[in-house]
Amino acid sequence: MDLLEYQGKQLFATHGVPVPEGRVAVTPQEAREAAEALGFPVVVKAQVQIGGRGKAGGIKVAKDAAEAEAHAEAILGMDIRGLTVHEVWVEPASDIAAEYYAAVVFDRSAKNILLMLSAAGGMDIEEVAEDQIARVHVNPLVGFAPEDGQRLTSGSGIDDDVADQVVAMMGKLYDAFVALDAMLVEVNPLIVTGDRNVLALDAKVSIDDNALFRQPDVAEMRDPSAEDPQEQMAKERGITYVKLDGEVGILGNGAGLVMSTLDVVAQEGGRPANFLDVGGGAKAEEIVQALEVLLSDKKVRAVLFNIFGGITRCDEVANGILQALDQIDVSVPIVVRLDGTNDEEGRRILAQADAPQLHPAKTMIEAAQLVVELAKDESAVGSRQAGG
Amino acid sequence: MAILVDKDTKLLVQGLTGREGSFHGLRNREYGTDLVAGVTPGKAGQDVEGVPIFDTVEAAVAETGANTAMVFVPPRFAAAAITESADAGVGTIICITEGIPAQDMLRVYNYLQGTESRLIGPNCPGVLSPGKANVGIIPAHFFSEGSVGLLSRSGTLTYQIGNELVQLGVGNSSIVGIGGDPVIGSSFIDVIALFEQDDQTDLIVMVGEIGGDEEERTAEYIDQHVTKPVIAYIAGFTAPEGKRMGHAGAIISGSSGTAQAKAEALEAKGVPVGRNPTEVAKLAAEKVRG
Repeated sequence: MDLLEYQGKQLFATHGVPVPEGRVAVTPQEAREAAEALGFPVVVKAQVQIGGRGKAGGIKVAKDAAEAEAHAEAILGMDIRGLTVHEVWVEPASDIAAEYYAAVVFDRSAKNILLMLSAAGGMDIEEVAEDQIARVHVNPLVGFAPEDGQRLTSGSGIDDDVADQVVAMMGKLYDAFVALDAMLVEVNPLIVTGDRNVLALDAKVSIDDNALFRQPDVAEMRDPSAEDPQEQMAKERGITYVKLDGEVGILGNGAGLVMSTLDVVAQEGGRPANFLDVGGGAKAEEIVQALEVLLSDKKVRAVLFNIFGGITRCDEVANGILQALDQIDVSVPIVVRLDGTNDEEGRRILAQADAPQLHPAKTMIEAAQLVVELAKDESAVGSRQAGG
Repeated sequence: MAILVDKDTKLLVQGLTGREGSFHGLRNREYGTDLVAGVTPGKAGQDVEGVPIFDTVEAAVAETGANTAMVFVPPRFAAAAITESADAGVGTIICITEGIPAQDMLRVYNYLQGTESRLIGPNCPGVLSPGKANVGIIPAHFFSEGSVGLLSRSGTLTYQIGNELVQLGVGNSSIVGIGGDPVIGSSFIDVIALFEQDDQTDLIVMVGEIGGDEEERTAEYIDQHVTKPVIAYIAGFTAPEGKRMGHAGAIISGSSGTAQAKAEALEAKGVPVGRNPTEVAKLAAEKVRG
């Protein structure tokens, strides 16, 4: 789960990381009030989970209340690379003497926690030369030690007079990373002010979804309105769904098999509309839930249901599909590929059913070819009734 | 021979008294696996279909000589269950549980470095050595005994490829689900090293997917250390950046972890990469038949 800048800063503050004081606003009036309370000049910052806010005009300095309100008016509702701005963060403008970069990263490759520090902050870190970034791995069983801090600062190019403050902040960021079950904590820029204090001027925080059960404060920060409506609907139903932009709806049992199905459909010339893993996936109720999510995407013109029956038997899945079709109205063709345990029986059940939209198939490649063809035919016809 | 599980496996199941744990544990026993104990704190003295339950792994090992543990406990307790088995000296720990917090696994991974225990998983379907033993949730009836070592980050995709191999008359030495999480106990490299040493295995099929750089590192390792032929498959060519494709570990971050990069790294080291599961099975069958 990715957090907004201000959410990250609020969490930083509770873990002792120095951040500017600030307020969140959802209307221009609120932004004006926040600015007046904080004192001028202030910065009005768009809150969206994407980089490049400044370049897109989503970060503006205001020298008085009228200007703060006007900036908020312009930024709220703005579209930044496909995301709509619903909130702005208002904070006092900082006196910036230097911009650094700091990060704590879950390094899955090294199986350790990686700390990064560089004097080259304020820009995209991918564009900073390797030798300008200090990197230190920390074993989570040992934790962050003073010598880690020294190794970081000595290779980073930061000013000596603020080294102790920066090391202290790295230690706090590490503690926050562990306490919050984070996958990433990034501060860019970490600034040195004119009076030589350090502050986290931005916050990019990503929390492990698997740990939200023990991070109730973070879980509460989730904003459903910021998510894709189909993905939101899937999440509420406990379904693993990722939206893509094609017209072949795809569902199956098992993440790897579904990923592979997307690839095979693309190889046959189709464009997948989504990824959807139904898990065990035999029961009519589960299939109804999944199909409703999938068909709520109106671009879907044909569906491929790819099942490999293991412990779940294909005849059970076939019966589940037929029951599901009794419960919802599906007007697009559904290619059902059943393979594995009791597959022949499953395909026989489907073939005998009076369901004109069903097209049984035996192999993955056959099924992919068929669904791509059907999706093309449907688009030639031009329109369809909304399913689900 | 096979790897990891065989006729000498003496299995204990952590979470045998749960619904899933008892269902799969007893299926494993039905297959012929020597299921000797279950562990559930507070339930010592009970039994599940004749299998004695102990409060601790230590007690179960002392009483039954269990040498392999299957972890079937809920995510929030799984890390402690794994380290408990390691502390009790269990040599092979196979964790099926999906949804363990990533930092828990990071700590467990580093903890196990100082022990003799080997962890497979988590978030995996387990290990099957056809004709010998099954530990986990792999549907054993598709697979037959043979010479292909199969390892994979995905469950159903493994069954799919194993089934296609059987239809082409090719069996398996062992099938190892290594797991779909960002941090897993045994990597492709760890398991390929076991297959390389295994007399029964003539050919290795590895099934990878997007996320991380394990496949790239494995390509390098195969080039340097593996004499047996390897065939690969990678899932997720159509996956978008920044989206988790079902498995916690299946995510492309920036430009790293793409299927394209993994396939290219493997092909550069002479490992053929099949375009789909059917092609992988065909490539493997051709190679086995010579």
